[in-house]
Amino acid sequence: MDVLDLARWQFGITTVYHFVLVPLTIGLSTLVAIMQTAWNVTGKEKYFRLTKFYGKLLLINFALGIATGIVQEFQFGMNWSEYSRFVGDVFGAPLAMEALAAFFLESTFLGLWIFGWDRLPRKIHLMTVWAFAIGSLLSAYFIIAANSWMQHPVGAEYNPETGRAEMTDIWAVLTNNTTLVAFPHVIATAFLVAGTFVAGIAVWWMVRHARKDKDHADIPMYRTAARFGAVVMLISGAAVIITGDEQAKLMFEQQPIKMAAAEALIETPDGPAPFSILSIGNPAGDDPSSVKHVIEIPGLTSFLATGDWNGEVLGVNDLQEIYAERYGAVDANGDEIEYRPNLLVTYWSFRLMIGLAAFSAALSVAILWFTRKGRAIDQPWMSKLALVSLPMPFLAASFGWIFTEMGRQPFVVAPNPTGSDQIMLMTMFGVSEATSVADVVISLATFTVVYSVLGVFWFLLMKRYVNEGAPNPEPEEVSTDPDRPLSFAY
Amino acid sequence: MELTLVWFILIAILWTGYLVLEGFDFGVAMLLEKVGKGDKGRRVALNTIGPVWDGNEVWLLTAGGATFAAFPEWYATLFSGFYLPLLLILVALIVRACAIEWRGKINNDVWRQRWDWVIMGSAWIPSILWGVAFANIVRGVPIDESFTYTGSFWTLLNPYALLGGATTLALFLSHGAIFLSLKTSGEVHDRARAVAKTMAPIALVIAAVFAIWTQIAYSVAWTWAAVAVAAVSLVLAWMWGNAGSYGKAFAANAVAIVGAVVLIFGSLYPDVMPSTTDPAFSLTVDNASSTDYTLTVMTWVAVIFVPIVLLYQGWSYWVFRRRLSTDHIPEHGGLPTLRMPKKVSQ
Ligand code: HDD
Ligand code: HEM
Ligand code: HEM
Repeated sequence: MDVLDLARWQFGITTVYHFVLVPLTIGLSTLVAIMQTAWNVTGKEKYFRLTKFYGKLLLINFALGIATGIVQEFQFGMNWSEYSRFVGDVFGAPLAMEALAAFFLESTFLGLWIFGWDRLPRKIHLMTVWAFAIGSLLSAYFIIAANSWMQHPVGAEYNPETGRAEMTDIWAVLTNNTTLVAFPHVIATAFLVAGTFVAGIAVWWMVRHARKDKDHADIPMYRTAARFGAVVMLISGAAVIITGDEQAKLMFEQQPIKMAAAEALIETPDGPAPFSILSIGNPAGDDPSSVKHVIEIPGLTSFLATGDWNGEVLGVNDLQEIYAERYGAVDANGDEIEYRPNLLVTYWSFRLMIGLAAFSAALSVAILWFTRKGRAIDQPWMSKLALVSLPMPFLAASFGWIFTEMGRQPFVVAPNPTGSDQIMLMTMFGVSEATSVADVVISLATFTVVYSVLGVFWFLLMKRYVNEGAPNPEPEEVSTDPDRPLSFAY
Repeated sequence: MELTLVWFILIAILWTGYLVLEGFDFGVAMLLEKVGKGDKGRRVALNTIGPVWDGNEVWLLTAGGATFAAFPEWYATLFSGFYLPLLLILVALIVRACAIEWRGKINNDVWRQRWDWVIMGSAWIPSILWGVAFANIVRGVPIDESFTYTGSFWTLLNPYALLGGATTLALFLSHGAIFLSLKTSGEVHDRARAVAKTMAPIALVIAAVFAIWTQIAYSVAWTWAAVAVAAVSLVLAWMWGNAGSYGKAFAANAVAIVGAVVLIFGSLYPDVMPSTTDPAFSLTVDNASSTDYTLTVMTWVAVIFVPIVLLYQGWSYWVFRRRLSTDHIPEHGGLPTLRMPKKVSQ
């Protein structure tokens, strides 16, 4: 393997890992803020206990989230320095804004929230958790703006003298139409992840109690949490689909080959393009005609891409020729450039993104049905289903990213057919020149080992705290007496 | 003023914020067992930085992000060139974040002790390596005409750079000890005071040698002023520390760190990363920078957000201003074991 392959593996592994933790932090911080608000408004003890319960899980998750985020911040310079030189003038700005406007807010107010229960008046303390939640949403906005610029570069020009992209309009970068649909899609994903997490754990506990004692005092509390989580799942699930569809339409204009790859649409169909639900054969193999679409919905891809059941969608082979004409057929070594992304990955990751999340949607409806009119759930199969569903949206989100990022290949900055076509960068030209294979092997091995070990502890701690259930503490008295012990200490 | 100079100064300010704030975080962490002597004492020390350490670390992320935005060539050359030291720092910061947050989550002595070792060990690495990195930047490293670093890991381990590493290490130890003296009472306070007493003169001597070496070998005349300010501050920090005025001593130490950053950035300007291969290949504020447009945008962002950040970070220091002693440390809040009980507990 060369530096390019290794660096890609490293980026993929560390980023997917980071993004397993991220949606839970984003979604859960807001849901916990809502629980704490409910406690402040109603004064009901159950909301306080739920705040503490899910808050602990949030903190365990957050630690690993920031730890893996630090790597992301520096990896662009370490492995992708040529990329950094090319994009820095544009791409650096949202990254720096993220640190200044979001990370400071997140980290400072989280410290105040954890240690401030007995230091700050209740209203101010409530404000700190909201500031934390808003910080995590802002951070998502800026990083998605940076990422969307790579999918669809706007607000910038290519300067042949310096050989790099240069920003001409920050506002255009921050309001990129790709950002405006990707951000809601990713945030909705985060709420789906967190809603499933809250509801799944609550259902599991409800069943656990109800099986022993139908009138256990904690059942109403878990019922509230389960219904709250289910409502969040339902709303965010709908939002994910609506915004995903918006994304598909944009993608069709901006990166048509990605859209075709998602469908493994090899040749341009004569009529409307169908949506394939299942195919056999290897779409990435040498013989594309081996791909058989077993189950198809006629016209759906045309509809998804163009909003018209009869819209024309080009297949990857035709697109390959169009791209070759526009961006060059051969590279510097005289080899033919492959503009078709890895079809096996794009086809399946796209289906898994959508399919896995259907699980959560079904679960949310079931939870709302079984808990209607004050009922509690006590069927063991529901408890199993709740546990099995927990990882589903996490996986769906990871496949969503793998699809977007690998569908963009061979470009790391994809050319923009609706704006300046000058700004583009192939992934292979983005990798660092100063970095040796040994360097990347060492760092890839180090991160893999460190991340695996920490991942095990993360899982054991989460499991342990879930298994303990909601604690039953007294709300802290607010006091400024300097001799009082801390209400919380590491 | 030229925008490139504005950003050169802003990045120096971000690094100053990082070194002053995370400097005492690292110092406290390195001294955990030394001043703590057992679990309760370690908890006193750790909780002096508990609510603030993560916010302090964001100064590093901002310095990194701002360098990417304002001087992309510098960001690219620096981080791809200093690859392995940076990897070590990253690993240290990763395990440190988890160790601090997770050490109290399980109520078990072995669990806590192991994580405490991680907290201590992971503070030594960046404390030394940041000094090594900055000294190498000042000294210059082999860079070719395409701004690519051509040296190896070993190029970075020269005597001057190692002295730089010793300087940040000594400064952070002393800074952390003074911070602990200021923020604790009781036994932990007494032990921290003793460390501060020995570390302050050691830091003074090492930093003085490093500063004079830098000044003579790499710098310009006006930075003698920074050297003088730093030296006077370190003497004052020592004196005030001995006299029990820890607030003043802490401020003096912070001024000394400001002096060190001014010395380093002052000797660099207008270079940001001098090349030892050929001065023509050096990265400068001009050839490494972003366009004027980007710098203008970023200046506005900085002018608006830096004061806001300073306000709320300052407020959080105010909220957690009281001194801690072993009397303030509550019972362990963590759950008994990592294993799942077999039966429902209630
Ligand atoms: C959609 C959201 C999202 C995405 C795509 C990313 N992150 Fe992230 N990141 C967050 C959302 C987030 C967050 C919610 O703000 C985190 C996650 C967990 C956490 O605790 O904060 C965070 C933490 C986090 C931190 C630590 C912040 C701190 O110490 O407080 C850094 C430096 C980064 N991230 C940097 C990155 C970079 C350079 C990414 C690009 C590859 C990236 N993140 C992808
Ligand atoms: C957090 C969600 C993200 C995930 C899971 C993710 C995943 C991936 C994966 C799997 C690759 C490898 C693609 C390949 O090489 O075939 C990749 C590449 C890349 N991504 Fe992302 N990505 C995410 C977000 C981002 C963001 C927000 C940015 C920029 C701010 C970004 C920048 C890049 C870059 C520069 C590459 C180049 C390396 C390459 O092409 O291999 N990614 N990403
Ligand atoms: C729970 C997780 C997710 C679900 C359920 C989901 C669902 C969907 C749906 C229903 C669509 C519309 C499909 C279409 O209209 O063709 C879509 C499109 C899309 N999603 Fe997701 N998504 C999830 C996570 C993600 C994530 C995290 C990303 C990363 C940015 C992502 C990237 C995309 C992209 C780029 C499209 C456009 C696809 C195309 O070109 O056809 N998704 N998603």
